Amino acid sequence: MSKQGRLAVLGAGHVGPVIARLAVKAGYPVAIATSGDPEDIALITELVIPGAQPRWASDAIADADIVVLAIPLHRFLDLDPGVLDGKLVVDAMNYWPASDGVLEPFEGRGSSEVVAGRLAGSAVVKALNHIGYHELEDRARPAGAPDRMAAGVAGNDPVAVATIADLVDRIGYDPVRLESLRAGRVLQPGGPVFGVVLTLPEFEQAVRQDARSLR
Amino acid sequence: MTYTFGLDTFGDRNSDADGKPASHAQTIRNVVEEGVFAEQAGVDFFGIGEHHTEYFPMPAGDVVLAAIAARTERIRLGSAVTVLSSDDPVRVFQRYSTLNAISGGRAEVILGRGSSIESFPLFGYDLADYEELFEEKASLFAELLQGGPVTWEGKTRAPLLNQDVVPHTESGPFPTWIGVGGNPQSVIRAARLGFSLALAIIGGPPDRFAAYSQLFERALEKFGRPPLPVLVHSPGHVAATDEQAKAEFWPRWREIIALIAPERGFAIPTEESFDWETGPRGALYVGSPETVAQKIARNLRALGANRFDLKYGMPGLTHDQLMTNVELYGRQVIPRVRELLG
Repeated sequence: MSKQGRLAVLGAGHVGPVIARLAVKAGYPVAIATSGDPEDIALITELVIPGAQPRWASDAIADADIVVLAIPLHRFLDLDPGVLDGKLVVDAMNYWPASDGVLEPFEGRGSSEVVAGRLAGSAVVKALNHIGYHELEDRARPAGAPDRMAAGVAGNDPVAVATIADLVDRIGYDPVRLESLRAGRVLQPGGPVFGVVLTLPEFEQAVRQDARSLR
Repeated sequence: MTYTFGLDTFGDRNSDADGKPASHAQTIRNVVEEGVFAEQAGVDFFGIGEHHTEYFPMPAGDVVLAAIAARTERIRLGSAVTVLSSDDPVRVFQRYSTLNAISGGRAEVILGRGSSIESFPLFGYDLADYEELFEEKASLFAELLQGGPVTWEGKTRAPLLNQDVVPHTESGPFPTWIGVGGNPQSVIRAARLGFSLALAIIGGPPDRFAAYSQLFERALEKFGRPPLPVLVHSPGHVAATDEQAKAEFWPRWREIIALIAPERGFAIPTEESFDWETGPRGALYVGSPETVAQKIARNLRALGANRFDLKYGMPGLTHDQLMTNVELYGRQVIPRVRELLG
């Protein structure tokens, strides 16, 4: 994989365009796709995500090194896992029953663990899910900036985690690596860092405190 | 460009001066007074957002708007928003067409999800079906607005066969908006259906929505539709001074966000985050008339919008505080924004 692999962002709702814009700005080649015709998001891409390419999902995925899932979680259940075989997949989705309804497969479990369970042929990394889409862009800062914030990167595959930690760093956050998707539950709704934007020391402390409280 | 200015409420439950909660009934009567007073103070629009909770006891805003309509002559009246997905578009049309009749053509509707999701379980809808419900019902509403018999078939309500839906409007469709909270595909949908665009901005820097106005304009062109207005809806509180406005609003804001945070995934606000949101770059319009006016003028320009609706009030504020807010907004903020925008 080249240093800055090709990104396919699936989803052009609240979250997808924000991640796509940040990735374009960081120099990644970015394709964006929905479940439908790329023509339907051509205008959105031109005006809201300049620099990205609207494509059919299958084409975008086929050419991508990194696939970002930014679709509603119930739509993920309709996705054919086979199309993501062999891909590094970033799960930026959240399971949030009070807001989006109850989804049985996700009840009582880490949502990214369920996602990884369905995507047996992919390396799944949980990232970019815990900072609100309305803040993700505004709080991004270059490396070394005094007011730079932290973002979690969780996964079972250390190589995949390293690649996404690099992505997170390039788009403007200090990456905090978590050694498993299980550990990545701290990034979920209800977890200590969900919805709050924290500096690296604050983030690490919040995660440590939470780990203690779970013991 | 002609600018208009509105006030929105969710029927935020009032408290009396001692902090004792007012009854739901008293809160609703207070909203009627606030709406009537808004016209006297020079406000152009008064909107009521549908909610079904103990602290926002406002499920039937159209009834309240009808009471205001009977006591006013000029102010436009509408929903902000109507949770269309868990309602019947035929009934929504009928209610607001009736309001339009009572008020002599002053009714408007803003369709959306708003921050209200409690209506889904209440009326037996599944939140997971939100997209399909909204898409179908918004399309039907667009047809109903055109007047004349409607033939329609879908999955979310009974079909209509050459159905005449009454009461007819006297002069064509009343203004209808779609509330958008950050999803660009919702902007495209508004343009496709011919609805105006309402940008609901309740946190983060408002100028990130600037591309949405442009997107809306281009999408209207693409669908062969004439230009339509864009409004910005944001929460706030106006009092005599910045300090007073923040002191009144902050504990109420923290309380309500803390209450709904677990179900909505919001972070609990801190004094630091509140200072940021009420500062020049944030989304809350809390302060003196001058502070609030400057911020409105700046953001209307940045967003290419021509209407601003301030969502005033918070559960626990008193009716007197809200009346002061209405008065300062109408008599000082609006004229000052008009002046700033030349």
